[in-house]
Amino acid sequence: MIQQIIFIIVSVLALGMAGKQFLDIRNNILLGEDNPIDQKDSGQRWKNMFLVAFGQQKMFKRIVPALLHLFIYVAFLMTQIELIEIFIDGFLGVHRIFAEPLGGLYTFIISFIEILSVLALVATIIFIIRRNVLKLGRLHKPEMKGWPTNDANIILGLEIILISAIFTMNGTDVLLQELDPSHYPSTGNLAVSSWLGPMLFGSFDQGTLVILERIGWWAHILVVFAFLNYLPSSKHLHIILAFPNTFYAKLNSAGEMENMPTIMNEVKSMMAPEAAFTEDAGGEELPEFGAKDVLGLSWKNILDSYTCTECGRCTDNCPANLTGKKLSPRKIVMDVRDRAEMIGNNIKKQNKDCIASDSKSKTLSKENYDDGKSLFDWISKEELHACTTCNACVEACPVMIDPLDVILKMRRYEVLTLSEGPNELLSMYNAVEQSGAVWQMPNERDAWTKELNND
Amino acid sequence: MEYKVPSMAEMAAQSKTPEILFWVGCAGSFDARAQKVTRAFVKILNQANISFAILGNEESCTGDAARRAGNEFVFQMTALQNIEILNMYEVKKIVTACPHCFNTIKNEYPALGGNYDVVHHSQYLKELIDTGKIELNQEASTTVTYHDSCYLGRANGVYEAPREILESLKMDIKEMKRSRTKGLCCGAGGAQMFKEDEPGDKRINSERADEIIANGAETVVANCPFCITMLQDGLKEKESSVMVLDLAELIVNNKKW
Repeated sequence: MIQQIIFIIVSVLALGMAGKQFLDIRNNILLGEDNPIDQKDSGQRWKNMFLVAFGQQKMFKRIVPALLHLFIYVAFLMTQIELIEIFIDGFLGVHRIFAEPLGGLYTFIISFIEILSVLALVATIIFIIRRNVLKLGRLHKPEMKGWPTNDANIILGLEIILISAIFTMNGTDVLLQELDPSHYPSTGNLAVSSWLGPMLFGSFDQGTLVILERIGWWAHILVVFAFLNYLPSSKHLHIILAFPNTFYAKLNSAGEMENMPTIMNEVKSMMAPEAAFTEDAGGEELPEFGAKDVLGLSWKNILDSYTCTECGRCTDNCPANLTGKKLSPRKIVMDVRDRAEMIGNNIKKQNKDCIASDSKSKTLSKENYDDGKSLFDWISKEELHACTTCNACVEACPVMIDPLDVILKMRRYEVLTLSEGPNELLSMYNAVEQSGAVWQMPNERDAWTKELNND
Repeated sequence: MEYKVPSMAEMAAQSKTPEILFWVGCAGSFDARAQKVTRAFVKILNQANISFAILGNEESCTGDAARRAGNEFVFQMTALQNIEILNMYEVKKIVTACPHCFNTIKNEYPALGGNYDVVHHSQYLKELIDTGKIELNQEASTTVTYHDSCYLGRANGVYEAPREILESLKMDIKEMKRSRTKGLCCGAGGAQMFKEDEPGDKRINSERADEIIANGAETVVANCPFCITMLQDGLKEKESSVMVLDLAELIVNNKKW
């Protein structure tokens, strides 16, 4: 009875606290500009989500990490079934409620989870070694120093505790089924625990086994609750956000840059001056083009940043990064998240210092937010200028994050709003404007035809 | 034969409409190396008896580099001007030997009011070979490797047509490790062609040149004028004898006419 009450209190608290944090994340994502998503091709969107998020299609470009990751992923999915039972048992104060009604199927499901858990344990250990001993290059770039690396190890550590808890719970249960069959319904012959249990716990007396079983059971659910509450501040959100992120990913050709209708219309009116008079001639302040901050990015860009699990495949394939430039697409994505969190926290806390000085409203919102900083304090122009727009980062991302979009939006801000950018490019712009070519060319555009019959 | 390059204006004056517009692009028009590709492609079009025309001086830069550098004003100015001309001539189908022009006209002009059927010359050449409009010498037994340009490959998913041309030529294709979706950029895209590199250890084309040399092929085949410049520079720096050729040049070198 006491256990039941504790379980209910802990569950409500854990789920409530986690829910609140997820709402904060939702608010932070919505700091981005409203960018209507084209729904007409929702068939393709479901397909992307099914293949890329659920089916891990893009992970399989590298077979070894893909398989190791698959073990953890499937084990995680299957454990959810076990969690349903834990919840029902916990609420009703019963033990393994599904064991008797499901019979052989129960044995099969739990055995399946056990085998996957062993594979997941192996994968987790390899991941820990690969990250901390072998020091895989892409996991040790400058942006991974400090918290991001600890974050990764904490998650791997939690996985080991979780799996140990599962085997403690099942292993002791197998022994208790023989000692006290009325309280411990038979689970049948479990694939791992039926031999591992007696091997590890065979020498303990019944009292100790009962306590160990409870420790395993509680540790299992507590790690799940802890994980759920840790997720929102970790890099591990991809287990949830990979699904919406692949669903909302760009469907158009990767080479297409988003049009800027305001500028298009302005240029159109310049080209047809008679049409210009129909427009409102407003002496309003100049519009801001491109993105100066996450507030000028789209919500999808911010969703991207929360979905990122910092695997570094983007950076590993970036030609600029490969040749020693400062640009790292992963850092761009991580910076967007850090900045969104900062703004989101200030708005949540109603930090009055962040209200723009010319704001009439005394309530801090994304409309009047001004803390004197911008995304350019995180992402330098040197990084932005190194990008070749080659789409290697976009292609490499297993969850369809688009770091390039952020880079291009910030370049637009730099050039269009600040009138800055690499000086060497000015002669290219001038050439295009004046001679219609990327180089200043006095000759005729068809001069190449002259030698056609002499080659 | 005497090769001819009619312009849209000339055709229009005779009330003729060509089947395709050959979009030459800035590099194809002005860059000495790319001009050779342009001429090779035009020779093939002549040989295959294709009704085509160019815009000549009525063509302007597509605005690809300016847009990617962030300068939307310059992009819109040149793009809208091009669209006005293309629409005036009621152009339906465009072929270009530049994947940057290809990507911009195909994917970005529709939002500005320019809707055309756009193909890259590698796709078009493949079609000419398949329909028997050009005949090839199939005795070539050189080893080649193929460099995927970012804007034909990842941006538009065209990986096979160029390789199929190499197969029709009975070339021995030795792929680089970084090919198709994993192809390594030459370093020119996103307006990098027109600026100095940011500080780093190495130039990107140098990285690619090392990979090409290690691959051991005699020729590296490309599909983009900017890639050709970059790869050639990178290889030259290393005093390599690997040749850099465009698909159109390879066809002309192995023509059977």
